[in-house]
Amino acid sequence: MSDERAVIIGAGHAGGSVAAHLRQYGWSGPIVLIGDEPIAPYQRPPLSKAWLKGEATAEDLGLRGDGFWDEEGIELRLDVHVSCIDTIGKRVKLASGEFVPYDKLILATGARARKLALPGAELDGVLSLRTAADAEVLKNRLGPGRKLAVVGGGYIGLEAAASARALGADVVVVEREPRLLARVACSPLSEFFLTCHRRHGVTFALGADLAAIEGVDGRVTGLSFFNGDPIACDTVLIGVGAIPNDELAREAGLDCDNGILVDLAARTSDPDIYAIGDCTRRPLPIYGSMGRLESVPNALEQAKQAACDLTGKSPPPGEVPWFWSDQYDLKLQIAGLPLNADQLVIRGEPRFGHFAVFHLGPDQRIQCVEAVNSPAEFMGGRLLIASRKPVAPERLRDISIPMKQVAGA
Amino acid sequence: MAKITYIEFDGREHVVEVKNGLSVMEGAIKNNVPGIDADCGGACACATCHVYVDEAWRATVGGPSAMEESMLDFAEGVEPNSRLSCQIRVKDELDGLIVRMPESQH
Repeated sequence: MSDERAVIIGAGHAGGSVAAHLRQYGWSGPIVLIGDEPIAPYQRPPLSKAWLKGEATAEDLGLRGDGFWDEEGIELRLDVHVSCIDTIGKRVKLASGEFVPYDKLILATGARARKLALPGAELDGVLSLRTAADAEVLKNRLGPGRKLAVVGGGYIGLEAAASARALGADVVVVEREPRLLARVACSPLSEFFLTCHRRHGVTFALGADLAAIEGVDGRVTGLSFFNGDPIACDTVLIGVGAIPNDELAREAGLDCDNGILVDLAARTSDPDIYAIGDCTRRPLPIYGSMGRLESVPNALEQAKQAACDLTGKSPPPGEVPWFWSDQYDLKLQIAGLPLNADQLVIRGEPRFGHFAVFHLGPDQRIQCVEAVNSPAEFMGGRLLIASRKPVAPERLRDISIPMKQVAGA
Repeated sequence: MAKITYIEFDGREHVVEVKNGLSVMEGAIKNNVPGIDADCGGACACATCHVYVDEAWRATVGGPSAMEESMLDFAEGVEPNSRLSCQIRVKDELDGLIVRMPESQH
């Protein structure tokens, strides 16, 4: 292993973290980190939150300090596109025609924003939010007197809506489903966030059948619908999910199925290639299935899995998937996935702004907890999801029993 | 600017200069000090940046907020001097601060 060369494609949260972990765990050979953005690895979550509101600087976003990559002997190749992987010759071909040889390759290519196939989708002012460059464009279009239409009532859209309100812009959220967060959260949570955003002045078009993005002289002026009145706006943010960047892997013949298939050591079907982060479909041991987890905790967990396997360390402990979202003064923390659940138990009072929704399976085991301003319920729920201990719903519901006691921690 | 000493569970020391306004967690992460995971990047959402504040510094650093306390309550090996390092802002008065890391953040 001493002089083996690790090449990482993708310099986002996953790619940057695996490079750092490799060094921390004793990888002594060259590490080459190739990214198609012009800046060193940075944190994406603040782009829709603190950064968008101007509460964090570009320096704050950095995954590590400026000097870190040089000091650790990690070669950053930024603003560089990879055109293909030669798995026989064990080398990566760059768009420039240059070949970069590897002994071990790690794919951390992430995901990209899904586009809408709508008339007007190419107009100036139609944006998505994935990268720092995207966030910069969006931020420059927000402020008093501006009108933002968010298409898609998911987390990115709602976080951007909250930040845009903080900057004084008018905001309307357009959602195809009859409720917000339809794909990712339970309906009590959807109702709660709808009420909260309305209180902060966001307006909504739910169950909206979008017909076209309208424009004049190439610039966005509004949205039109098959089933409602048109809405005027000067910026449209599309937040309708992400697509895994698994094309390089597929073209190289790696097993893929809406994401690069990996095991719990982040290994792909090629023994010298690993894949981590949003681009993967991974085992979910607690749920007995495979899934894509678009989240920072997942990127970090898989970065550790790959780095441990590559340096001969014992694998890191398995983690319960988790997610978080900040909107206004609300901290939403979610542990687990709402799979195989047939009962919802609410602990606390949504109208007081702090409560948690537990998703229970048929065996009274907790599959998922969604906690609003309720860190104890999040932490306790996470423990219970990991331990698979059954819990009586009436104990969960009873706020006179401290959560720590309910969790048996 | 403050000089902060991070001591790993096995006793290894890391002394780094951290700019005012950053958190004690960010000081560790940006300098690749091992032992602090900080999975959520400082959102007080994960309790993986748990540290023990040196007794001599407890008063200057202060105690946790209610939200932080609830998170800490579920972390491993919590002591009265436990804090989440993402919630400690670096300032001149913290020059010389010593924090110790637990064996594991998970």
